[in-house]
Amino acid sequence: MTRTPLRPLARVLEARAKGQNPAVIERENIRKRHEEMRDRTRARAEGRLLVLAAFFFCAFGIVGTRMGVMATAEPREPIASASGASIATQRGDIVDRQGRILATNFETHSLYAQPPLMVDPMAAADGLVQIFPDLDKDRLVTDFTGKRKFLWIKKRISPEQKQAVHDLGDPGLLFGPREMRLYPNGQLAAHVLGGAGFGKEGVSAAEVIGVAGVEKKFDTYLRDPANGAKPLQLSLDLTVQAAVERVLYGGMKIMNAKGASAVLMDVHTGEVISAASLPSFDPNDRPRPPTSGFDPSDSPLFNRYVQGVYELGSVYKIFTAAQAVDLGLVNSNSIIDTSGPMRIGRFPIGEFQGKNYGKLSVADIIVKSSNRGTGRLAIQIGGKRQQQFLDGLGMFDPTPFEIVEAAGGKPLLPKKWGELSTVTISYGHGLSTSPMHLAAGYAAIANGGNYVSPTILKKTGAQYGPRVMSNNAAEQARAMLRKVVTSGTASFGEVPGYEVGGKTGTADKPKPRGGYYDKKVIATFASIFPMSDPKYVLVVTLDEPSILAYGEKRRTAGWTAVPVAAELIGRVAPLLGLRPKVEPVDPAAIRLTAN
Amino acid sequence: MRSVIYVLTALAVFGLALWAYQENYKTQQVLKETQTLQRQIGAAQVRLSVLRAEWAYLNRPDRLRELADLNFDRLGLLPLRPDQFGKVDQVAYPRPPEPEITINNAIDVRAILEEQFP
Repeated sequence: MTRTPLRPLARVLEARAKGQNPAVIERENIRKRHEEMRDRTRARAEGRLLVLAAFFFCAFGIVGTRMGVMATAEPREPIASASGASIATQRGDIVDRQGRILATNFETHSLYAQPPLMVDPMAAADGLVQIFPDLDKDRLVTDFTGKRKFLWIKKRISPEQKQAVHDLGDPGLLFGPREMRLYPNGQLAAHVLGGAGFGKEGVSAAEVIGVAGVEKKFDTYLRDPANGAKPLQLSLDLTVQAAVERVLYGGMKIMNAKGASAVLMDVHTGEVISAASLPSFDPNDRPRPPTSGFDPSDSPLFNRYVQGVYELGSVYKIFTAAQAVDLGLVNSNSIIDTSGPMRIGRFPIGEFQGKNYGKLSVADIIVKSSNRGTGRLAIQIGGKRQQQFLDGLGMFDPTPFEIVEAAGGKPLLPKKWGELSTVTISYGHGLSTSPMHLAAGYAAIANGGNYVSPTILKKTGAQYGPRVMSNNAAEQARAMLRKVVTSGTASFGEVPGYEVGGKTGTADKPKPRGGYYDKKVIATFASIFPMSDPKYVLVVTLDEPSILAYGEKRRTAGWTAVPVAAELIGRVAPLLGLRPKVEPVDPAAIRLTAN
Repeated sequence: MRSVIYVLTALAVFGLALWAYQENYKTQQVLKETQTLQRQIGAAQVRLSVLRAEWAYLNRPDRLRELADLNFDRLGLLPLRPDQFGKVDQVAYPRPPEPEITINNAIDVRAILEEQFP
């Protein structure tokens, strides 16, 4: 580049000769040079901006185009990646705590017809009626020869039926793949599993959706392809569940009961090892919900252990006693006067068969199941503290048990919690809860005073919730429960080697339109075993039991629910890996004989 | 010099083109194989799930109980009861094996037989 001098000699001399200032020339030249420099840098900057703009345009263009392509393209399984192959079925399996299958999928076919494609509609209808006797031939003929372009014939057919239809050889009869939910164990754990049905249906596939139980509660989890081949693991144990259902069924028949339920729960983890409600149903062929009738509990779909909200009676007394000990009002040896008469307002509080026990220790109040004794304890505790305590045990809300029906099992509380309610609730009347609530409450006593929420999912390690009572109170309550079995109302509950402790409860059944039945009861036995190191809680409930024993119609839990529970424990405890043991006795007192 | 570079470059382009062509076909082949394999895996998985379902169905507690009842004469199976628990020292251990009798001056019977009845 040629540089023009700032003071060209020729022009300077010329200017001097004319008497002008040569500095003007220099300034003029500097100005010109600066202008030139400015123009150059501007052009350069503009060029750079252009390049940058082009770059960004291209970059955003590519991103935009790619997004457009991805949005409009048909979804396709990536061929090269291996992960796509792990999903074979559209719904996850459900397994028990040891991985045994409770629910799985099965491939079947559906049968549909496209009449326009048919060669001989009459022969096809004939053949179909021979294979499926339940089809109506005249209807098929009208459908096949009419205007219809498409119709479903059967939603699910077996492979043999498929082959038979195939052999008819009509091109208008077509099959679509159908995945169907299979419960290989039949009626086992029916109320937990619930059932599944078809949702949206197409020719080539149909949605399988859960309709009840865990199938509905965990529907999104089971249908999520991200979970792949990972099954839903429940806390149930298949073997134990089968034994419980069988023994309970036998017990229900012997005790002439209308229904029965049993909940077996781990007291530390809250895992429900077995939950049975009888009568039961087959989830493979779930019956329709009853449309008529007064009492929902008549239907086999009725889930007694979460929906059976009843006043469970004397089984609640132990909560009152435990709270009284926890608050330091009494200990298990304190003497309470249980003699009558006792009146709250205008209501007399009586004992079973009008007995009068006189002065009893707190432990004996539980052993003899004295209403007045528990009522007096409750008055000492007071309504407010009683409410807090029961709330802490989860008695005021539906159980967090993970099946959809559990949300319907909301406890029934008195509208106004007055002194009468405090007294009646202390012995289990006036507050209606489900057996599952009761199991959670007893689990707190069994594990040393921590609330555990019942769960159907497998857990590892203790899952203690907030502390509801002191360890000491829980221990004394357990000693009382043990005494109920060794020398109280539940003497049939003794199972050698398993140190059962528990409390019976017999409550009159409420009539649907208010009032109580005279001779219909709900008999409950809530038990904890083994008492020296509590591991499990078992709650057995029988609906309207009655048995003839020693020339008398017996309905109380001690004669009905307790023997069933004892048989259950004897049958189930070995399966749970519990070794029967000789109960540890107090070491013989050492006496000072000589000084 | 320059022409040599041109020739080499052209050759390199040819070579790369040939390589790319071969890779393309190889890739397509592998993808096809993958698809077949994946179809096979899918079919195997469906079969596996059917077999698992069948296993679970055949092992359902109801059926096992019936089988145990039917074969009670031969198997004598009963539900597990608490009184069936025992202690290790109640188990009868097999007796220690008898010391082997040492045999001196044995006679090979076979050899004698073969000699007598060839």
